[in-house]
Amino acid sequence: MAYLDHAATTPMLSEALEAYVATAREVGNASSLHAAGRHARQRVEESRERIGAALGARPSEVIFTSGGTESDNLAVKGTFWARRAKDGARNRVVASGVEHHAVMDAVDWLVAHEGATAGWLDADETGLITPATLAAELDAHADRVAVVTVMWANNEVGTLQPVAELAALAAAHGIPFHTDAVQAVGQVPVDFAASGASALTVTGHKVGGPVGVGALLLGRDVAVTPLLHGGGQERDVRSGTLDAAGIVAFAVAVETAVKNQQEYAARVGGLRDRLVDGVLAVVPDAILNGSAAHRLPGNAHFSFPGCQGDALLLLLDAQGIDCSTGSACSAGVAQPSHVLVAMGADDDRARSSLRFTLGHTSTAADVDALITALPAAVERARRAGVIKSVLG
Amino acid sequence: MRVLAAMSGGVDSAVAAARAVEAGHDVTGVHLALSRNPQTFRTGARGCCTIEDSRDAQRAADVLGIPYYVWDMAERFHADVVDDFVAEYAAGRTPNPCLRCNEKIKFAAVLDRAIALGFDAVVTGHHARLGADGLLRRSVDLPKDQSYVLAVLNRAQLDHSVFPLGDSTKAEVRAEAARRGLGVAEKPDSHDICFIADGDTRGFLESRLGSAPGDIVDSSTGEVVGAHGGAYAYTVGQRKGLGLTVPAADGRPRYVLSITPKTNTVTVGPAAALEVSTVHAGKPVWTGLPADFAGELDCVVQLRAHGETYPARVTVADGELVASLSTPARGVAAGQALVVYRPEADGDVVLGSGTITHT
Ligand SMILES: Cc1ncc(COP(=O)(O)O)c(C=O)c1O
Repeated sequence: MAYLDHAATTPMLSEALEAYVATAREVGNASSLHAAGRHARQRVEESRERIGAALGARPSEVIFTSGGTESDNLAVKGTFWARRAKDGARNRVVASGVEHHAVMDAVDWLVAHEGATAGWLDADETGLITPATLAAELDAHADRVAVVTVMWANNEVGTLQPVAELAALAAAHGIPFHTDAVQAVGQVPVDFAASGASALTVTGHKVGGPVGVGALLLGRDVAVTPLLHGGGQERDVRSGTLDAAGIVAFAVAVETAVKNQQEYAARVGGLRDRLVDGVLAVVPDAILNGSAAHRLPGNAHFSFPGCQGDALLLLLDAQGIDCSTGSACSAGVAQPSHVLVAMGADDDRARSSLRFTLGHTSTAADVDALITALPAAVERARRAGVIKSVLG
Repeated sequence: MRVLAAMSGGVDSAVAAARAVEAGHDVTGVHLALSRNPQTFRTGARGCCTIEDSRDAQRAADVLGIPYYVWDMAERFHADVVDDFVAEYAAGRTPNPCLRCNEKIKFAAVLDRAIALGFDAVVTGHHARLGADGLLRRSVDLPKDQSYVLAVLNRAQLDHSVFPLGDSTKAEVRAEAARRGLGVAEKPDSHDICFIADGDTRGFLESRLGSAPGDIVDSSTGEVVGAHGGAYAYTVGQRKGLGLTVPAADGRPRYVLSITPKTNTVTVGPAAALEVSTVHAGKPVWTGLPADFAGELDCVVQLRAHGETYPARVTVADGELVASLSTPARGVAAGQALVVYRPEADGDVVLGSGTITHT
């Protein structure tokens, strides 16, 4: 078994798991006034401080959520609603063309249901959004833009965005800037205050914490209309009883991942280079997608000309290698990746792609297992061919 | 063997996959996405390839502990099955889309891909027997028998097929599904044509072919006795829904005898005129006889899915098959398969098939 899909989810750190179990044994609602409630609140607030400290945010800027999807939705829709309520002319959402579906579909929803217009920022062929692209968009539309959102690191091809420069451009026009840093935390240095972003998404299960808990780091002066209404537990921006056990484990994971980040990046980056070199050695015509210079340490993403990604995945799966086509499914059918399409790849290149992502449990043996299994799988998948649309 | 189990989300294919696992094969489940715009839920026995079906198939695969993938065959299916269906009706014939799907998709596009990916065979939940002798036989459950829609398969296709359900009745299959903890045990059977979710074939054809009004003519008098909105909407042998405005001279019911696309005419006449004793079929495929079989043969033939069988003498020459029926058949439509069986005590054997061209 070689698990090469850490970008989908990564194993929980044992420290986080232990913290989870220990806290889950305790009773207490962090909103209750009695001793048990105070105890739970104590655990939650300590966690808030630890996460803030690890990510360059004040404790009051940490809004706990159910994960990346909720944080992205809250940031995009909530900021849009609040900003437009104050200034009806601000009806435009600016987003990169390589966002995760949690952002992209939230923007599409605002367009379909809230009469918003979308300004999609074009990526270059490495998946990068250049500051000049955002500057041009803002020059044309700044006084109509409610929010700008560009992810810190792309989940498919691993490209890192120049977040600080982009955030500064938005700030110069007084426009809130959100960044989805789900894939970045623990992989590269992430400092909320230094980034200049108004809001930042992070989720537990990509950093060794549990699934179903995450946070939106939200500047104290950034107005956001809530998605969920209820007890107003989180700064009146987010409601719902706080998941003390999940939050404690999340904090342990974030703190550990951030503390180990440099050493992690060196070790995993080395394994990734071994993987890339190995793949290119056994499949010389494979194409490495994404950026050489601005890339997550654990990400390798290839197109294998003449293969279908889903055929390769099936064959590697049968050899005990877990990887991903990287892109979303619609009704179980893998769709050509919007990220690769935004990077200018044609349909065949998009459909022939496969993502391998490494993480804290990865070893050289995982990489070598892939390199051993890959040539036969590629040969087979080529024989099966790209099933072309007969209608063309 | 490494086998690929085609899993529709129904009970038959789930049990077929389970039996393949139990037989010791290395089984991978695949759901074919055939619809371009899958509906979220299925409504009763209609439609297929909804997201719910795909989830049911996935759940069954998970229960069996086998890998599961979805293969996108929507474009192929539309070209080879749906467009073919429309074109056949437009040409005045009556196609069988399930048979075409078996011939072009399940045991062609899917099988080809499976073989290329290193699988040895495709497993399906069809009710038919395929024994070690390589002969295709009817299922023990005669009302559920699907040998007719499999009779188009050639030797190579059958050699790479496994039908684990042929020895069981549908009731046994359902009971086994329940015993194995498969949630689809009680799922209703699919009926009708999977890509016409509302069951309205005429409406579907009209949406594809447009309306083409023409005459309905009486075969004996040549008189115009009604009007139609498109000859393609009629099938030989059809009696209901003709909307005839001139009553028959003898007051007896009239049936569609033929459809002539060239003149856009539907011809109707008495039941007796429907009776045919000679049926011609093209593109013969033989799996119970040498593939290049020519000559004469006493056998029984079946002329439509779930139809009666007729003892016949079949003559094969020059790629054409002519069946002389011992008793006349009614409602024989061009485009359907003529399937040749050899009656046997332990299940009729499929010898081969052809596509009916004329009578
Ligand atoms: C970039 C990015 N954003 C958001 C998400 C969604 O996060 P979650 O799974 O916590 O909802 C993911 C996870 O797939 C992601 O990779």
